Amino acid sequence: MLVYIIRRLLQTIPVLLGVTILVFSMMHLIPGDPAQIIAGESASETQVEQMRERLGLNEPLVVQYGKFLGGVIQGDLGNSIRSGNPVSAEIGARIMVTIELAVYSTILSIFLGLIAGIVSATKRYTFWDTSIMIVALFGLSMPNFWLGLMLIQYFALPPLQWFPVSGWGTPGHIVLPVITLGTAGAAIIARMTRSSMLEVINQDYIRTARAKGVKEKYVIYKHALRNALIPVVTVVGLQFGVLLGGTVLTETVFAINGMGRLVIDAINARDFPIVQGSVLVIALLFVLVNLIVDLSYRFLNKRIELD
Amino acid sequence: MENNQNIIEVNELQTSFFVGGKEVKAVDGVTFSVPSGKTLGLVGESGSGKSITSLSIMRLIAEPGKVKGGEIKFNGENLLDKSEGKMRRIRGNQISMIFQEPMTSLNPVFTVGDQIAEAVMIHQGLSKKEALKKALEMLELVGIPSPKARLKNYPHELSGGMRQRVMIAIALACRPELLIADEPTTALDVTIQAQILRLMRNLQDELGMSVILITHDLGVVAETCDYVAVMYSGKIVEYADVNSLFANPKHPYTVGLLKSLPRHDIDQEGELSTIKGMVPTPDDMPKGCRFAPRCPFARDMCRESLPHLEEEENGNQVRCWIHTDKWDGPEVNVKHDYESAASQQS
Repeated sequence: MLVYIIRRLLQTIPVLLGVTILVFSMMHLIPGDPAQIIAGESASETQVEQMRERLGLNEPLVVQYGKFLGGVIQGDLGNSIRSGNPVSAEIGARIMVTIELAVYSTILSIFLGLIAGIVSATKRYTFWDTSIMIVALFGLSMPNFWLGLMLIQYFALPPLQWFPVSGWGTPGHIVLPVITLGTAGAAIIARMTRSSMLEVINQDYIRTARAKGVKEKYVIYKHALRNALIPVVTVVGLQFGVLLGGTVLTETVFAINGMGRLVIDAINARDFPIVQGSVLVIALLFVLVNLIVDLSYRFLNKRIELD
Repeated sequence: MENNQNIIEVNELQTSFFVGGKEVKAVDGVTFSVPSGKTLGLVGESGSGKSITSLSIMRLIAEPGKVKGGEIKFNGENLLDKSEGKMRRIRGNQISMIFQEPMTSLNPVFTVGDQIAEAVMIHQGLSKKEALKKALEMLELVGIPSPKARLKNYPHELSGGMRQRVMIAIALACRPELLIADEPTTALDVTIQAQILRLMRNLQDELGMSVILITHDLGVVAETCDYVAVMYSGKIVEYADVNSLFANPKHPYTVGLLKSLPRHDIDQEGELSTIKGMVPTPDDMPKGCRFAPRCPFARDMCRESLPHLEEEENGNQVRCWIHTDKWDGPEVNVKHDYESAASQQS
């Protein structure tokens, strides 16, 4: 087990290396010059050139990449071109907001998704099943930003004004963005749980459980659910990873300063160090989430060999 | 047969599946009984309704299936009248079941010990610790080597034969009065089959329980059963004690089954005989006797109307016109004349 974890962690190194190369080259390939942006529209050619020199953008790409990588190894992600602050500090200020948002939204989607999926599967082809699946289809198809706007419209603006319109900090701020982000995930998890449960419910060992005299409640929640969870866990992991990558639209709608907005603003300003640093951190988190998902398979079903 | 001697009496049991607005009668008026402490073999081809009969007794028929009628008297009480809660207290406790597929009948995510202990905890209200002790006893009883270590094993770590022993341990953990074994050895190697059957026989003597053994293997029936019910297309066609059935089979279908059994005690020349044709499909059910289309003795009356299950003086039953006064054909000795009649069958 430990060996497996260590090996998986070592495997992340080439993955992250690949990520840095990709992001680095993409950022330098897209048109737009950070020196020009910082120096301003009216700056003279000489001023822009000086700025370029100061930011080290005149050096060959390979050298620039080498310097960036050298810094990363020492734990230094460089400084933001725009603000001059260390990239790690900029990310640090934002990442907790994003992680909180991702964790709460994921908990909401698991909670709603599992219940809806199980009810749907056990009451297959009934009114409940159909209703839940229709609602899930809506949840899945609804654009996040639109749902966010609607929630603000009805619950944050007068007359109800139950929750603040935007920002982050108090528990009240959490509710609407988490509902906005959790809905789609809940819908996906509900559909996955339903199909997975339906498959498991027809297995021989479920019949064995019933033949033993196990209560139907335990047949479903103990015998069936645990077997049905594996594909669900996979989806949850992927969802969580996506949420960690930032959720630009939702963050924008609710004016939350999370990773998504940080990255988008940095891309617009051609703030290379911020983009590279953020993507690297997000990629690392994503890889870690996947590792946790893989480990949970083994926990759920001892038949699954990790190696 | 007196009522009080029978652990279970099934009367006119009807179980149907409703698919696409159509009714498929899987079990159509099945009647049989099992004397206390005895073993009844339920024999028939695939699709004859054996497994559905056993699942109906357990009240485990899933949608779109439904037990439509009849009664299942267990210790004199009709199981079909019981509430789901009462039925659950009978399942795994007074009536247990072993299934055909040991490879898939155990839950892959729980240990063997937990799965045996569960039944004991439910029905005897034991604590987890006591239940696991009981589980250990059961593993010893069913002859699993190093039972203590096996307790913590997961099903995938055991062979098919071992898993079937575990299934037996689960089924017998609460000392049931009736064990229903649905083709318990079909999926196992021949050498293991004999072991499992011997184990079941020994445990039956030890615990004094009654057994319904579902099988399509007449060899297994001869070795283990006291009584035999032969099923064809959802109906019982012959019911007899095992000696009469093998010595003097009455129904042409039974004879056909026996003839298609390889024998090592007599030299047979040529090919093993087969019953011509196929089991009728539910949407193409013959109007009269269901075996008529395949029966070498069939006459118009067989194709026109269905014979009743007639009881003979010795309690044996057969569903065939040949054995009634109404038979309008020439005198037939089913057992002796079967082969010549079958060879003339087109």
